[in-house]
Amino acid sequence: MAAKKKITLNRRNVVSRIVRDRGHVLIVTGLGSTTWDAAAAGDHPNNFYLWGGMGGAAVTGLGLARAQPGRRVIVLTGDGEMLMGIGSLATIGVAAPPNLAICVIDNQRYGETGMQETHTGHGVDLAAMAAGAGFAHTETVWTKKDVESAIPHLYETEGPVFVDIKVNTDYVPMVLPMRDGTAIRSRFREAVLGDRAFD
Amino acid sequence: MAATKKKTTAKWPAQIFKTLKDADIGQISYVPDAGHADLIKACLADNRIKTTRLTTEEEGIALALGAWLGGERSALLMQSSGVGNCINMLSIIQETRSPLLMLVTMRGEWGEFNPWQIPMGQGTAKALEDAGVIVYHVEVADELPETVYAASQIAFNSYRPVAVLIGQRVIGFKDWRK
Repeated sequence: MAAKKKITLNRRNVVSRIVRDRGHVLIVTGLGSTTWDAAAAGDHPNNFYLWGGMGGAAVTGLGLARAQPGRRVIVLTGDGEMLMGIGSLATIGVAAPPNLAICVIDNQRYGETGMQETHTGHGVDLAAMAAGAGFAHTETVWTKKDVESAIPHLYETEGPVFVDIKVNTDYVPMVLPMRDGTAIRSRFREAVLGDRAFD
Repeated sequence: MAATKKKTTAKWPAQIFKTLKDADIGQISYVPDAGHADLIKACLADNRIKTTRLTTEEEGIALALGAWLGGERSALLMQSSGVGNCINMLSIIQETRSPLLMLVTMRGEWGEFNPWQIPMGQGTAKALEDAGVIVYHVEVADELPETVYAASQIAFNSYRPVAVLIGQRVIGFKDWRK
């Protein structure tokens, strides 16, 4: 098992920093904490918030990235959510979308169910698994400086890109975005497709 | 044997492929099945259809949502045993009222030899219906193209999940005595 390193990054600071540069990027968030993080960083019509379908965030991003090859797609999700859809790393590695980046906000916990430990605190290295699946760029981030150097990879490096960011378990207030699935999808589709959203 | 595998001579895979093209399907995702072999081959050979091989069927549900969010129609191919893997993920289609077109080749019914296929095969239609999916079960090959087209129309025009179950009677079952 890997030696324990000290984790200092705060999830809200990390997510706010990442989305600050968002421009026209499309963001899919995985159920639970990353959906709250994205809401806390500022609601946006180009955010698609998942409140369910655990394990489906990365592949939702894949379907979107393939449908919109001219747009950058970033999936922000948690370690527990990613682990539940771990096979999707192989699916994305083979599909090899150049415009897709997966960013795991990894607190090594199931945050919505009582902060039980996930596998990532017990030696499972998600970035190594993504590398093994054929992702073009993978890394694990532990420091503020490394967050800065990872951001251009999330936005620009030819994908698929996988960045796992280790964050601490400090308390953050709950910030909830809209939760009506039909409203979220209609707003997102209108932002992406314009009038064609209602064909 | 009259009731053995028909897949080498069957016309329906090519007909379904043409139907999917007519329905403007831009993405296909799949977990392979012998019954879908020819259709998968046709999709892989068409460079205007983006194909995604999945490790498990529920990925295809999320993929279909993502594709449609991006303005592209898709279809998901699987065997009936994969339907059980999809149940929770179907909730994202229901809650967002998004279209989903599933083409499911059946095992565990007409002439099945493997008893381990029976539980999921016999529960496939009920499981899908309980998850809110509109189900068409086709037992006659000639009805397949029209059914798939009708399913695509209801899926994409009324924003609903629809599954076409392609019966084992259509596919032909394996004669294990040979």
